[in-house]
Amino acid sequence: MKNNYKAHKEPLVYITKRGEMPRAKQMLIKSIVILIGIVFCAGLTILLTNENPLKVFKAMFMGSFGSPRKIWNLLQASAILLGISLAVTPAFKMRFWNTGAEGQVLIGMLASIACMIYIGDALPSWLLIIISLFASIVAGSVWAGIPGFFKAIWNTNETLFTLMMNYVAAQLVSLLIMYWVPSGSMVLGLVNSNSQNGWFPTILGQKYLLNILIVAFLTAAIYIYLKKSKQGYEIAVVGESENTARYIGINVKKVIIRTVIISGALCGVMGWILAAGTDHSINSSAVGGNGFTAIMVSWMSKFNPITMIFSSILVCFLQKGANEIASNLGLNSSVGEVLTGIIILFIVSSEFFVNYQIHFRKKNRKEKAE
Amino acid sequence: MKKVLSLILAVLMLLSVTLAFASCEKTDDAFKVGFIFLHDENSTYDKNFIDAAKAACAALGLTEDQMILKVNVPEGAECYDAACELVEAGCDLVFADSFGHEAFMIQAAKEFPDVQFCHATGTKAHTEKLANYHNAFASIYEGRYIAGIVAGMKLNDMIAKGEITADKAVIGYVAAWPYAEVKSGYTSFFLGARSVCPSATMKVEYTNSWFDIALEKTAAEKLIGDGCVLISQHADSEGAPKACDAAGVPNVAYNISTKDIAPNTWLISSKIDWTPYMKLIIEKTRDGKGNEIPYDWCGGIKEGSVVLTELNTALAAPGTQEAMNAAIEAFKAGTLHVFDTNTFTVNGAKLETYLADVDDLGDFVGETEVVLNGYFNESAEGKRSAPYFDLIIDGIIAAQ
Repeated sequence: MKNNYKAHKEPLVYITKRGEMPRAKQMLIKSIVILIGIVFCAGLTILLTNENPLKVFKAMFMGSFGSPRKIWNLLQASAILLGISLAVTPAFKMRFWNTGAEGQVLIGMLASIACMIYIGDALPSWLLIIISLFASIVAGSVWAGIPGFFKAIWNTNETLFTLMMNYVAAQLVSLLIMYWVPSGSMVLGLVNSNSQNGWFPTILGQKYLLNILIVAFLTAAIYIYLKKSKQGYEIAVVGESENTARYIGINVKKVIIRTVIISGALCGVMGWILAAGTDHSINSSAVGGNGFTAIMVSWMSKFNPITMIFSSILVCFLQKGANEIASNLGLNSSVGEVLTGIIILFIVSSEFFVNYQIHFRKKNRKEKAE
Repeated sequence: MKKVLSLILAVLMLLSVTLAFASCEKTDDAFKVGFIFLHDENSTYDKNFIDAAKAACAALGLTEDQMILKVNVPEGAECYDAACELVEAGCDLVFADSFGHEAFMIQAAKEFPDVQFCHATGTKAHTEKLANYHNAFASIYEGRYIAGIVAGMKLNDMIAKGEITADKAVIGYVAAWPYAEVKSGYTSFFLGARSVCPSATMKVEYTNSWFDIALEKTAAEKLIGDGCVLISQHADSEGAPKACDAAGVPNVAYNISTKDIAPNTWLISSKIDWTPYMKLIIEKTRDGKGNEIPYDWCGGIKEGSVVLTELNTALAAPGTQEAMNAAIEAFKAGTLHVFDTNTFTVNGAKLETYLADVDDLGDFVGETEVVLNGYFNESAEGKRSAPYFDLIIDGIIAAQ
């Protein structure tokens, strides 16, 4: 009898899935969780460093908003991250685990740099920029298309495959730099630094404005593609259930390969922006981990391009803030990264409270049972 | 869609307000110095620069508000952005510490002619000829030569004690990249060792990385396995010293004292002290004489730019300190030349002439005669500060 009683007893804590929640309430819950995260970080800062947390937060804020140029730099960094996030989104929405954005962007960048080096003097700058764009798109598509093709035909594991392709891309860049720079310094320097051939023009005196505008255009385009087009719908269906997709007559293999190539092509475009509009140079770590951070941004935003704008600005703001702390308060840069990590963790976990409800065992019920 | 639009508008408005506020902020006229570092203090390479920057600022009475540090700046457009941000924050002088920063520093220097830009280890200042862009290095080959003497005397000691025979006096060298800076470094170290131990030879193992603890450790272990009885390095981690300590092999390090890392096997380290250069550029800029900073500045032992860390007298051969002092005096007097062409051969022949690629114009073809007055003129006045000795001399076996 006793055992039976125990089995029927309500657990101390249990969770249930919530229904669709109104937007305002979602925002409220998320804001509260983020606020708790910030307070938690403040406490941790005092504990770890004995610094005034307000001073730390101020430094973080000033790292991104301290001057007009800092704001431009924040927007540039966010645009790059946003662009790559957009690029990985179609693949992830289809549940194709593309962990190879880092390499796809890098190989796109390499294609543009190669164009700038080999045909930089022969063509007018505008034509070179367009040819670079196509070279980058082809390179990115091929880099993503190979694992996509293997996945579609032989069902290989795309997570590992795309991940490995990152290393191949990085080594390829190293190899070519070794070839281009025989002195062995492994530093390419600015390509076409005097003629600036193949470099994006500055608009209204702003070096990064064109980058930002291109990414803004991409954001709108991807939004429409995913939400309004037939292909976007097919991606969503394949992502939810391949069998359903097959049942309603979608050619799953075709959709997989097509979507992965689109994803790679977009990565190529971002590589082009990095080569022609940002660095004008390349090294094996030129993408700087953005290919991986983009995955987080894309998921955090639930594959919504508009939400991604804010997510990428937030992530870049936190990254810049972390560096500012390291630079100006003399704290180890790990402190900033720990704080960034905690805040992101809180943001991600806020999803939990939006989707699930926590119930505690109620006292009176227990009494009734007895 | 309306919601989205209003949200975007709201953010744009917020941004413009912040922009307006930020541009209102008055930049004060106080003298300021900005520093750009590739990593933070966790890297021995960058720590060496950060320490020097702080020491120089403190020695010249600059307050904390007058120096702005930027750490973890990659060798890409981020460096240009960081330099511009520093200028905007009111810096009159911007310094960067990594070779790959150079192109981006030049880009910023062209944009801000009123600000001085100084860059360590770079090669292009003397050909770019910008009044506000300068390179610097140190004749670290002098320090390595002296560290080589310490190593050579230790080898002699081991031979005298019967631990090894003269033909087994093989040095192992863990090197980062097959690049002039590294080749110049290991050659000078070897020449120092061979100046006292004529039977010494050296094996070089490249890691193809500036900082990789595991690779450097493995390279050192491989060299020890190949019969090397003493290890030195030009790579930035503690990998090699640790491998030496585990194997009980004497070790000569670079840039930091390895007293605590390899307590039983450390001998000495050579090190660049950037404080004299930092002081020079800060003083010149502060006094409005930024244009007087040379295109290329190369400090040596005489200037205090090249120093040697504490000598492990318990492990070093007797008389080492005296031999070191004699070499230091000779360097100060200008009578000792590391790359004296009478002391080495290349492919069995004496080096009579050599065209080095001093002008780094992207052609990778040597154009400047550097064998003058009987020695290879490394980092010479009127040429450039960054090393260009890229030969492999007889006695050194370098694995590619």
